[in-house]
Amino acid sequence: MKMLTFAKRNIKEFIRDPLNLFFGLGFPIALILLLSAIQANIPAKLFEIQRLAPGVTVFGLSFITLFSATIIAKDRSSSFLQRLYTTPLTSMDFILGYTLPLIPIAVVQCIVCYITAVMFGLEITVGVLCAVFFIIPVSVFYIALGLLCGSVFTDKQVGGICGALLTNLSAWLSGVWFDLELVGGAFKKISYALPFVHAVEMERAIVAGNYANIFPHLWWVLVYAVGTLALAVLLFLRQMRK
Amino acid sequence: MYAIQTVDLTKKYKDVVAVDRLNLQIRKGELVSLLGVNGAGKTTIVKMLSCLTKPTCGDAFLNGNSITENTAAVKSIIAVSPQETAIARGLSVYENLELMCGAHGLKRNEQKGKIAELTKQFGFEKIIDKKAGRLSGGWQRRLSIAMALIGEPEILFLDEPTLGLDVLARSELWELIRALKGMVTVILTTHYMEEAEALSDRVAIIKDGKLLIHDTVDEIKKIAQTDRFEEAFVRIVKGVVR
Repeated sequence: MKMLTFAKRNIKEFIRDPLNLFFGLGFPIALILLLSAIQANIPAKLFEIQRLAPGVTVFGLSFITLFSATIIAKDRSSSFLQRLYTTPLTSMDFILGYTLPLIPIAVVQCIVCYITAVMFGLEITVGVLCAVFFIIPVSVFYIALGLLCGSVFTDKQVGGICGALLTNLSAWLSGVWFDLELVGGAFKKISYALPFVHAVEMERAIVAGNYANIFPHLWWVLVYAVGTLALAVLLFLRQMRK
Repeated sequence: MYAIQTVDLTKKYKDVVAVDRLNLQIRKGELVSLLGVNGAGKTTIVKMLSCLTKPTCGDAFLNGNSITENTAAVKSIIAVSPQETAIARGLSVYENLELMCGAHGLKRNEQKGKIAELTKQFGFEKIIDKKAGRLSGGWQRRLSIAMALIGEPEILFLDEPTLGLDVLARSELWELIRALKGMVTVILTTHYMEEAEALSDRVAIIKDGKLLIHDTVDEIKKIAQTDRFEEAFVRIVKGVVR
């Protein structure tokens, strides 16, 4: 299939870039190691592994957004996409070719984070396995966000918007590092209107085995994933026609 | 039937007329250079003829297929080597060729044969496993043209193929382009006089989106009453001769 050829290329580009491996795998692992070490030396329960690991798995996906957006923006600016537009590849081949290969990469990233967390005391339960499965809709949201940004911004703009802005939004508004209840007010309201905290709460509920508590978070994640993907496809098609 | 026939082909961007009622006929197997200063409209013409951008009005027929009504048929007989090198920088030379084979739907055994043929034709033997991003500018341009030839196009667009190359790399690329003559109709955009003079069967001089003259180099020199092609170009562009 033509789409698979294109998807294979995107996987190779991801795996061969040492920065992707560092930020995609190394950085989340480093966060778990560092924050677990801090937790071990303080009396307060700030970074308990059961709450920290699900948060880091979600936060780590923001680097997949960065990669997704960067490769699309670079393919646009280097005219590589322009060349491929004159081949029999269809618009669906491009969209699937950019999106699908990153899902297994997100799952691998999630598994690596949980394996690291197990070394720091996280129990291996059915919940952890389910959490790996439920990272898929979350990853679709983050990958779609990359497709969207890559279709709109230049490769330089993508570095600032996805590399700095998105990673900060994903960090501060997700409740990974602190309880949003402590801040409250408009900050909490904005956070709960966005999908980041819902993705983290959903993963935490699954890891804890509280399956009933994944709602309404799962709905938030699904609505944002589908909505962002639809918008990303529209914007990608628009830049294709330009 | 002409390989390319444009009928009042026009492209407007807001108030700017990039291409103005272009009427051009190119015979099969010809190598025609579109010559003009920066911003003359050469790249816009190539983009319209390769279905990358829609004309504002008018039409063009490539081997009888309309670029406005039958883009799929047009795409199946053309290939473009864009102004930028447009290669997958993280992939090897072999993998870049393999990617284009896949995009054109070639089967595995056909791919091997096609890659072997292009490797020999372009002299890729020593660099076949090198990452494309680490090649010199000259080799990247060679790879770009080889990638364009994978689909065995009937019409090949080379947009500024030697831009920024040193004298030696340019001369080597000229040899490759000359070798394509007769096998495929080649439309080459350039603003190098000596390139147009050395390679073209006929030259189309464009200014402000308008076709000023379309003839052989010798005929253009005769009309401009000079032995030097560069001087002939200047006289025609400045309107000294009509």
